[in-house]
Amino acid sequence: MDAASTIVCFEDVSLRFGDTPALDHVSFQMGAGETRVVFGAAGSGKTVLLKVAVGLVKPDSGRVFLLGQEITCMRETELFDLRARVGILFQEGGLFDSLNVAENVSYPLENQRTLRSGNRSNEARVRESLEFVELAHTLDKFPSELSGGMRRRVGIARAVVTEPALELYDSPTAGLDPITAHTIITLILKERDLRNTATIMVTHRYQDGQLMANFRYNPNSGEIERAPRGSAETVDTKFLIMQEGRLVFEGSETEFLANQDPYVRKFARPGAS
Amino acid sequence: MLDFLKPPIQTFQEFVVLSGRAVGNIVRRPHYSADVFHQMDVIGVGSLPICSMVGLFSGIVMALQMARALTTYGAESRVGEIVSITLVRELGPVLTAVLVAGRNASGMASELGSMKVTEQIDAMRALGTDPTQKLVTPRLIAAALMLPLLTIIADFIGMMGGYFIASTQLGITSSEYWTAAWQILEYNDLAQGLLKPLSFAVIIALVGCLYGMRTTGGTQGVGRATTDAVVWSSLWIFFVDALITQFFVNL
Repeated sequence: MDAASTIVCFEDVSLRFGDTPALDHVSFQMGAGETRVVFGAAGSGKTVLLKVAVGLVKPDSGRVFLLGQEITCMRETELFDLRARVGILFQEGGLFDSLNVAENVSYPLENQRTLRSGNRSNEARVRESLEFVELAHTLDKFPSELSGGMRRRVGIARAVVTEPALELYDSPTAGLDPITAHTIITLILKERDLRNTATIMVTHRYQDGQLMANFRYNPNSGEIERAPRGSAETVDTKFLIMQEGRLVFEGSETEFLANQDPYVRKFARPGAS
Repeated sequence: MLDFLKPPIQTFQEFVVLSGRAVGNIVRRPHYSADVFHQMDVIGVGSLPICSMVGLFSGIVMALQMARALTTYGAESRVGEIVSITLVRELGPVLTAVLVAGRNASGMASELGSMKVTEQIDAMRALGTDPTQKLVTPRLIAAALMLPLLTIIADFIGMMGGYFIASTQLGITSSEYWTAAWQILEYNDLAQGLLKPLSFAVIIALVGCLYGMRTTGGTQGVGRATTDAVVWSSLWIFFVDALITQFFVNL
């Protein structure tokens, strides 16, 4: 695939923080509507990978393409317009604690130059986005008044409100109980499948990757269900494994499960972390 | 061999870059005027009581100290001159700035530091806002507007404190005190009395924001950033004070 026609493309990207390599000659690419699930031990460079993908951190060497455009040397102001087409859920939620839920969700609509529209329209979009994550009743609440799972869902609402072409999720289920984690993954699948959004998800849980690879959101039942293996309904999903800044594995779920590397195998079983 | 110089040089470099951006953003759109007014309230109105109190007691102490010395020479009528000159030239600007540094540079560092460690700064950038424009420039403008005003108020209340001592303990009349206090002041004194708080405001806002924006390491990092912001802004205040005083003394 030509880099200009990809959604995200890393070409031999390296980055060091002092003496520690955060990314070490990382190369991969993904097309429109595809999914990538990134596994790795703590400090292996997963979060940095996401931040480099949207230009929040500049690499030391290599080239990064976002939505077909090279961002490696792009100025911050140019990046703002490109980031308007990307939704991000940060590991810590990244919600502004001085703003209420409605203001948090409307923030990208009011601040992204290319997305600014009338207040009325923004209000409707915010409400719609919060209904999407089933939190329409929390409009006036502040992040500190919400539970961890609810904060994560507001983060998703803020990430999807702009209807982006690419969604990045950084450990969306970390620290959540299994039921809430399942709700979060359902929402991520719902966004991916209803809007055909390209998705990169960093996670520690094998179950999350397995759900992303094999399940689809059913708009009729409002639940996720297993897609027939190999059917046209499955989304092209690849698993990436990071180790000390290096991308040590990239492949489908079948290749992932068949891989014999001890480090890779750590992530290929339920309950892995 | 000179590796130990790297961190301070890097910090200074970051300070220069942040200053350039923050100042450049004053004329660049978008302007976050609501944030400027909010910060003016936090810095100006919030610091007013403590600055007034410190101004008052400085004036009282100056008058008390000078009264004894001046009485020896029979020159107690000049207490107004001394209180006025020391407050306008030195004590007013420096004490107000140190108080605002302790109160607001630490507040800025901890607020921005918390935002940094909880990824709110990254979120801001990801959602189309330049954090320097949204967070640093309003604080810089607000501090630059408020600190000179706070200093003027502290100077005046200090003189009132001096007058209280002069009238109650030295028997100096109101017109005697205020005429002496007013006539001794020259344009040179007023210029440095206003240039100093303006410079200190820039230091307080930029040092506070710099340490906040470069916070790493969770809540411990926020604590470190807050301490560093207060220590370094206070140190820079005294250093710049010496430079400005030297400049005006030679005029």
